[in-house]
Amino acid sequence: MSVQTIKFYQTGSFVVGNRLLEPGQRSVQSDPERSNALTSGHRACQGCGEALGARYAIDAAMRATAGNMIAVNATGCLEVFSTMSPETSWQIPWVHSLFGNAASVATGVAAALKAKGRTDIRVVAQGGDGGTVDIGFGCLSGMFERDDDVLYICYDNQGYMNTGVQRSSATPPAARTATTDVVGPEPGNVFGQGKSGPLIAMAHGIKYVATATVADLRDLEYKVERAMSFRGARYIHILVPCPLGWGSASRDTIQMARLAKETGIFPVFEAEGGQVVNVAKIRSKVPVEAYLSKQRRYAHLFGRSPRPDVVAHLQEMADDNIRKFGLVDNVAEEAY
Amino acid sequence: MDTPLETPFAITLHTGTSLDNKTGSWRTERPIYVDRMPPCNQACPAGENIQQWLYHAEEGKYEQAWRQLMQDNPLPAVMGRICYHPCETECNRGQLDDSVGINSVERFLGDQAIKHGWGIPVTTSASGKRVLVVGSGPSGLSAAYHLACLGHSVTIREAGSMAGGMMRFGIPQYRLPRHVLDAEIHRIVDMGVKLELNTKVSEIPQTMKADGFDAVFLAVGAQIGKRAFIPAGDSANILDAVALLHSMEGEEPPQLGRRVAVYGGGNTAMDAARTARRLGATEAVVVYRRTRERMPAHDVEVEEALEEGVKMKWLSTITEASGDKLRIEKMELDATGFPQPTGEFEELAADSLILALGQDVDFSLLEGIDDLVIENGSVRVGPNMMASGTGVFAGGDMAPGERTATVAVGHGKKAAKCIDAWLRGVEVEAAPKHDVADFSMLNTWYYCDAPKTVRPQLDMVRRQSTFDEVVGGLDESNALFEARRCMSCGNCFECDNCYGVCPDNAVIKLGPGKRFAFDYDYCKGCGICAQECPAAAIMMVPETI
Ligand SMILES: Cc1cc2nc3c(=O)[nH]c(=O)nc-3n(C[C@H](O)[C@H](O)[C@H](O)COP(=O)(O)OP(=O)(O)OC[C@H]3O[C@@H](n4cnc5c(N)ncnc54)[C@H](O)[C@@H]3O)c2cc1C
Ligand SMILES: Cc1ncc(C[n+]2csc(CCOP(=O)(O)OP(=O)(O)O)c2C)c(N)n1
Ligand code: SF4
Ligand code: SF4
Ligand code: SF4
Ligand code: SF4
Ligand SMILES: [Mg+2]
Repeated sequence: MSVQTIKFYQTGSFVVGNRLLEPGQRSVQSDPERSNALTSGHRACQGCGEALGARYAIDAAMRATAGNMIAVNATGCLEVFSTMSPETSWQIPWVHSLFGNAASVATGVAAALKAKGRTDIRVVAQGGDGGTVDIGFGCLSGMFERDDDVLYICYDNQGYMNTGVQRSSATPPAARTATTDVVGPEPGNVFGQGKSGPLIAMAHGIKYVATATVADLRDLEYKVERAMSFRGARYIHILVPCPLGWGSASRDTIQMARLAKETGIFPVFEAEGGQVVNVAKIRSKVPVEAYLSKQRRYAHLFGRSPRPDVVAHLQEMADDNIRKFGLVDNVAEEAY
Repeated sequence: MDTPLETPFAITLHTGTSLDNKTGSWRTERPIYVDRMPPCNQACPAGENIQQWLYHAEEGKYEQAWRQLMQDNPLPAVMGRICYHPCETECNRGQLDDSVGINSVERFLGDQAIKHGWGIPVTTSASGKRVLVVGSGPSGLSAAYHLACLGHSVTIREAGSMAGGMMRFGIPQYRLPRHVLDAEIHRIVDMGVKLELNTKVSEIPQTMKADGFDAVFLAVGAQIGKRAFIPAGDSANILDAVALLHSMEGEEPPQLGRRVAVYGGGNTAMDAARTARRLGATEAVVVYRRTRERMPAHDVEVEEALEEGVKMKWLSTITEASGDKLRIEKMELDATGFPQPTGEFEELAADSLILALGQDVDFSLLEGIDDLVIENGSVRVGPNMMASGTGVFAGGDMAPGERTATVAVGHGKKAAKCIDAWLRGVEVEAAPKHDVADFSMLNTWYYCDAPKTVRPQLDMVRRQSTFDEVVGGLDESNALFEARRCMSCGNCFECDNCYGVCPDNAVIKLGPGKRFAFDYDYCKGCGICAQECPAAAIMMVPETI
């Protein structure tokens, strides 16, 4: 769904770079001169998807704004692992205040820049799913409603990871967290609760809403660039697998994000003015089991006393996404 | 770029100060870049570095690709036409959609070289050693080429009136046009290799001594057509496939008649039958004692013969021949797959019978070399292709191994390296062994789906009546497309994935053609780079603490 259609160059647009492309056609991440907004020495776990997603997104925003931007950060892993005073991994102007107020601080920064006549400097706010769809939600909704000139990026790792993997309202059903134990007839997080940040953002009718994952860099970079082409409130929700909280192998971070998309569990789409305008089609559909079984937070669904009923329920939810968003071209044919 | 990086705004910590925190100490495993053996390279009997020449071709750098190819095989335009391409059989891409059309790209490169007149300069200084090569088939030519590259003075002596061996006197023109063969032989002669035609070598030790050769490479091939005892009447017209094919080079072709039977199931039988069709036979029937599955002929050749109207008679032996018919006994396979007579007979109308039952080596020129051993119809050679301690090496059809032009080229190359070492009194250094880049190691998500480009074929009517080349070549855009289907198994192709996917920014991009390096000060050993390398060119190894 990237704007670029790259003709057959061995790996098309799937890889980061591809030496066969003109430099102008290559991704930001392939550039030896990329900003590395979040540089080495940070304390994120091995294979952290959030660290990767943040560099992808902020480097792309840096390119889109020619370096004229300020980032505001909510409390959460991204802030804690990047900025253990007196050190920081950020190589951009960056502000941290609280867990729940990043959207409001960003609004303030944007207002200040406007007052100083420096609307050439753009503002990006970022936070985890907890800081975004839970505690920060009031501030965020206000920022949307006022159409403040901020791009808000949520790094969704589906839980409060920084404080030891507690449930958030973005934690998926059946997943184990420290606060949704695997006990009782419905082990793990319950079905029928939680919320979708991007759909609620769309309901505000803001100019641009998109979802992305760390498995499709070109798509992610395109969306950041596209978001920066608008003024007003914008929202990007990026799925960033967390090896610690998900119990996945650190090497599998990108693979997990890819499977979340290819199963239909995490729909990747783009919306303007409250309407979906684009979806990333599933390239080769896989059953949810392929995704779930690689994560210890779902271990109770497999193994000695497996729960095929719960897996089937999650499969239904994925199929529902596929239908709702049109993730495969002919849903009827894709039944398995 | 006007960045505010140099002029921090609203911060109290200095940018990038976390670089003081060397997170590399967390690591229990480290990624390393490796070069694994691509299965295509491993399968190529000439030992070509296919992955590497495709790498250059992918960029449209055809001359560089050709030069890489020429390091191993001096006959790309010929090989691109007649090699049975075991590389494609092993190609990993075959497990994804269709194997890479390696052979067609090879041909494209070979043809480009001929078109543009690319040559190979000899850059090594002269060794002062003289090497005699006996026979100018693919094996002799390959050895001569490699020996010349290594600085030796090389003379090829060839019994025939033209160079090329079976490439000229066996393989028909519709598969290998002679101007292509001529061009590639020319290029070798232009490197200073002396080619003496109509010069049959008979006494090796005397020749070496008399003419001052320090070593000799024998590559006389297998020229004698095998005979089978078939009771035949006087009027029976029986001839030998090798002789028939040989006569196609400028001699008066024999009268075959309208109905031609070919006896045998190898490639030579296919070529003889297809040649008979072109000489006007309305019926060409291949008689073979086993089944199609057990035919030694390569599938493509059988397929092409069938397409041209050649008929096949399986499970049949010829027991008697007369002027216009053959007596045929039906066979059946026993439990071990061996054909057994059934006692059932039938007749097959045939004006002539061509025997294509394989070839034997003429060993007569080997007399007088004491320590040389002949076993199972071949000359015994050591691992260094040496047949006799007196400096006699041998390869190609006369040495053990599969009898194909590509194996012959591979023998020639290996022998040249070993002759060179022997002349210099050193050991050949064994190249480091790399593990094979298995399909399961690749991350094939990254390769886009693209079916193989099929080479155009000459249309049927022309194929049956002329000796024009049957299989056409790729054009530039096809060849580029085909090269780009290569997945670069086991070798970095600079896709930038590792550089992009590292959450710790611990991969250093060294610039075009220079690949990448790990920054072990910060690499935490998560393994994402290895997992996401499409080509399996990164390996995780345990840290030694
Ligand atoms: C009809 C036919 C079709 C074939 N098709 C294919 C194919 O499509 N693909 C493939 O890979 N292989 C094919 N082959 C096999 C391939 O041609 C041989 O394996 C290959 O040519 C062997 O190479 P060589 O150098 O060992 O010997 P040859 O090619 O046989 O060359 C030996 C040379 O030595 C010369 N010679 C012999 N004795 C002397 C002497 N005493 N002094 C001086 N010179 C001498 C001969 O005249 C000849 O020129 C085919 C073979 C035949 C017969
Ligand atoms: C008001 C307040 N409550 C609680 C905390 C403790 N706290 C810090 S980060 C965090 C969870 C962060 O979760 P999320 O926003 O999803 O980010 P993640 O760490 O998962 O990236 C919590 C509970 C706090 N800093 N402030
Ligand atoms: S807990 Fe998860 S999100 Fe936090 S640093 Fe570790 S891997 Fe990243
Ligand atoms: S994909 Fe390329 S490197 Fe891999 S086996 Fe095929 S030709 Fe060789
Ligand atoms: S990921 Fe790409 S650039 Fe890195 S080693 Fe593998 S092939 Fe080379
Ligand atoms: S992705 Fe980075 S941190 Fe992980 S193993 Fe590779 S170089 Fe090391
Ligand atoms: Mg979170």
